Amino acid sequence: MSTPIASYSSTLGMPILTILVLLPAFCALVIGLLPRKAGYMARSIAMASSLATLGFAIAMLVSFKSNTPGYQFYAKHEWITSFGISWELGVDGISLFLVLLSALVFPILVAGSGVPKDDGLKSYMAWILLLESACIGCFLSLDIFVFFLFFELTLIPAYFLIARWGSGRKAYAATKFFLYTFFGSVFFFVGILIVAFSAKSATGQLSFDLISLSSAHALSSGAAKWLFLAFTIAFAIKAPIFPFHTWSPDAYSSAPTGGSVALAAIMAKLGTYGIIRFDLELFPQAAHDLAPLLLTLGVIGIIYGAIVAAVQKDMKKVVAYSSLSHIGFIVLGLFALSPQGLDGAVLQMINHGILVVGLFLLIAMIYRRRGTWDIGQLSGLQRAAPFLAGVFTLVMLASVGVPGLNSFVGEFLILIGTFVTHRWWAVVATVGTVLAVVYFLWVYQQVFHRKAEGENAKVADMSLKEKLVMAPIIILIVFMGIYPKPILDRITPTVNALVHQVAQANHTPKGGAR
Amino acid sequence: MNLLVVSTPFSPSSSPTPLGSTTQSAPSLLVPHVNYTAIAPEVTMIVGALVLLCAAALVGKPLARRFSTLFTGLVGIVSLYCSLRIWFDVTGVNHHPFAAIDGAIAVDGFSAFILMLVSIAVLFVAISSEKYLRSNEIRSPEFLVLMMLSSSGAMLMGSANDLIVLFLGLEIMSIALYVLAGSNLRRNESGEAALKYFLLGGFSSAIFLYGIALVYGSTGSTNLASIAQFLSINLILHQGVLLAGLGLLIVGFAFKVGLVPFHTWAPDVYQGSPTPATSFMAAVAKAGGFAGLLRVVYSTLFTLKLDWEPIIWLLAVITMLVGAFMAISQRDIKRMLAYSSISHAGFILVGLQAASSAGIAGSLYYLFAYLFMVIGSFTIISVVGGTGDLEDYRGLIYKRPFLAISLGILLLAQSGVPFTTGFWAKFSVVAAAVDAHSYAIAIIAMIAATIGAFFYLRVVAFMISGREQVSLGISQSENSTDALAKAQLGSSTSPASPYELLSLPGKASTATMSVEREERVGVGVGTVVSLCVAFTLVFGVWVSPILDFAKQAKLVP
Repeated sequence: MSTPIASYSSTLGMPILTILVLLPAFCALVIGLLPRKAGYMARSIAMASSLATLGFAIAMLVSFKSNTPGYQFYAKHEWITSFGISWELGVDGISLFLVLLSALVFPILVAGSGVPKDDGLKSYMAWILLLESACIGCFLSLDIFVFFLFFELTLIPAYFLIARWGSGRKAYAATKFFLYTFFGSVFFFVGILIVAFSAKSATGQLSFDLISLSSAHALSSGAAKWLFLAFTIAFAIKAPIFPFHTWSPDAYSSAPTGGSVALAAIMAKLGTYGIIRFDLELFPQAAHDLAPLLLTLGVIGIIYGAIVAAVQKDMKKVVAYSSLSHIGFIVLGLFALSPQGLDGAVLQMINHGILVVGLFLLIAMIYRRRGTWDIGQLSGLQRAAPFLAGVFTLVMLASVGVPGLNSFVGEFLILIGTFVTHRWWAVVATVGTVLAVVYFLWVYQQVFHRKAEGENAKVADMSLKEKLVMAPIIILIVFMGIYPKPILDRITPTVNALVHQVAQANHTPKGGAR
Repeated sequence: MNLLVVSTPFSPSSSPTPLGSTTQSAPSLLVPHVNYTAIAPEVTMIVGALVLLCAAALVGKPLARRFSTLFTGLVGIVSLYCSLRIWFDVTGVNHHPFAAIDGAIAVDGFSAFILMLVSIAVLFVAISSEKYLRSNEIRSPEFLVLMMLSSSGAMLMGSANDLIVLFLGLEIMSIALYVLAGSNLRRNESGEAALKYFLLGGFSSAIFLYGIALVYGSTGSTNLASIAQFLSINLILHQGVLLAGLGLLIVGFAFKVGLVPFHTWAPDVYQGSPTPATSFMAAVAKAGGFAGLLRVVYSTLFTLKLDWEPIIWLLAVITMLVGAFMAISQRDIKRMLAYSSISHAGFILVGLQAASSAGIAGSLYYLFAYLFMVIGSFTIISVVGGTGDLEDYRGLIYKRPFLAISLGILLLAQSGVPFTTGFWAKFSVVAAAVDAHSYAIAIIAMIAATIGAFFYLRVVAFMISGREQVSLGISQSENSTDALAKAQLGSSTSPASPYELLSLPGKASTATMSVEREERVGVGVGTVVSLCVAFTLVFGVWVSPILDFAKQAKLVP
């Protein structure tokens, strides 16, 4: 691998990455052992644990060396020696902010769970923490097998969050979600084994270590293509990328708010992160050859998601399809395989995470007041709840990609990066940004404008607690829109190294690889 | 054990001696040296069974169920100890596997592994069965005696190094199992299960025996080591008889472990048998059957690899897929688990199909992990009781959280969720298949696992659904008026049966009472379920010990 491990393993004097992964899981276990009635205590523990995780994540951010590619805080311990599986963690510019995003989102989920005490608050908290552990574990593992374990593990808490605390056809949605993703993992799993065993026949040693696998070069280009597809199906289902998205509207709309947020903000990123980390590093040539296919799927996702979002009656489904559109942008940036495109894609993963948290929380606030997600039943909320309407406008505008707010930076970089290497895809994708305006404005118009009737006229404005929950999101949206430099400084070196590596593998340097 | 000396008659000294001559001239019966430590676990089981039988017959009044179950558990522990002795004898640094009792018994890591597995199964099923036996009024000494005899047969299958001994073990195991299946005299289904099992099992034994005859006919020996040696030295030009023998042997084993298309007995027998017997059958009959299959096919007939590999491939694929697909449509949980166990058998075959030592280790790991998952699951099912319909499990998590959570963990482990032994079981067989470049079967196996996940999740979904009905039952004791309001609320949202709503006040008290009474699951059941869950989770994270354990259980070539 051309991005070497940074020369120092930990500057903090403790195995910070291991703590980040295991602390929430440990607290989940503690909560699991509490007596059944201890709901509030469970919530306090969950809050403390997720805040501590956030603290550790910030400590990691502070001591993370910017302008350096390669893995930092690297740690490796043997786990299953007979199969060469090891507990290998490391963080680089790509995973850094995804870990931070997870650490930031989960305290918000704990605080705004909305689950009553007698409705399994304790188990809800345990599942949320286990999910946090699994997600952070995914972002940090450099052993592909351990990544797979965490990737699969996320299904269990997510399944229970939907099936137990969801609404509507929750059992159906949860099972559909579980089976779709489990099915995707079939090919991923066998693909991992094939990669590892082919490397074994070349190097004589069985290992699932990403760094040694990507330098083994044991695959023929034909095999690499098939394996690339096997990996990508799993990631595409998780993300979800068109046409593997059919589980997501059901799951997003049936899940409780916490579940939808976790699914859309964090778990969706596992898919796109997996593409960057494993597809691009293990199969750079196949990624380059098959890029047009993925770019096309991305563009279809952008347009299709936007059009379908515009005809939804359920606000949660609007967000679900808008996510499809946003993920399409991320895929576009990834497979542009240019520094700007990949930069933008990584940035947009963070942006989308923040925005989708904001959107789902706002929708949950409306639901709490009116008891419905149906756009048709809502009207004129602006008059009774001006503050809510204001925050909604801001998050919505950010989502649409208005300059000065965070999403603009990401989409702009993606479109530039794609234009450099794949002009026509970028042109079509630009249409998507226009369509986003259409569906969001339509929703806003229906819900907040028009004449308020009946209960719609009597809704309460945001409470102090709700304002506090939304505050970090608003700050991040504005900050990342105006001054993204500190973030890009940390992302760009890794991205450049990766793009360079992909270009080298193809012997035909494309699009300004530095 | 006198049967074992059949190999001597070919010696020239056995010419007919004139009538009336004394035994001084030419002994006609050679008794081989018997190494008792090699067969100590089998002997322990048989002696234990006889002691319990005599005690039950000699003591005037019926034996206490607690005594007989504890005694059987103790026998399980003793035989586990003897198996461990054998294990350390053959896997230590300067220790080597060997054949005992005139080559009839193989003493190697593989046999010790199977011996341990069966001993653990006896121990677990015995101490968890007491409550079920009592509530279903099954006579416990007979049940436990048969169980011990059956497990001695399974052990013999694991350590047999001769086709005749293997057949002996198969029959000892099966005949006891037929009776076990029918041991609930109060249920017609139990009798039906026994008859069905007996008829089909009898056929399969006959087929198996014919297979032995054909193999003997073409190789001149029933001893597995001799057969392997014969085949490695000689080239058989006309393999027809040998291949037919191989095919018939595989069919015989396939019946015992329930491979498609020889699985038709399994759902009825699993459903009809008393639940502890089902649990024992699922764990032990599989262990014994696979022990024989692996040893004969992989170790003895390895030279015919090109012939048996496609057969095993096909059997594995259809077994996994048919088992998984059929399980989807089941409403009875025991039937569903029967099909799931069929599907698991297919997975175990994937390891054999890889035809490598890693594959055999994978199969053994699978058997070991499966033992805990299946005994734990069936123990919980035996406690939950009811008709076995999935409806009985609706809202179980609110009524009996311990059982529901344990069952949930064990079922998810069976579906192959990470950080459980069930995942590593699937991983080790599929990894062996990939290593042997059988990519197709690896993908099919994982697809079967996905289908499997569906029906395991269905049970889990049943267990966490129906909160409304349950909270209705609990809250009524606290405040009856509030409860009435809640009940009406519940009726509008959930399709509760009208009967429940009409008979509210009377039913409320019984509901709460039954909720409280059902909390206790008994020490035996509690221990076994906790141990099974703990094993599944702890060794799902701390993986290496069991993987290495299965790897060390080598077959002597």
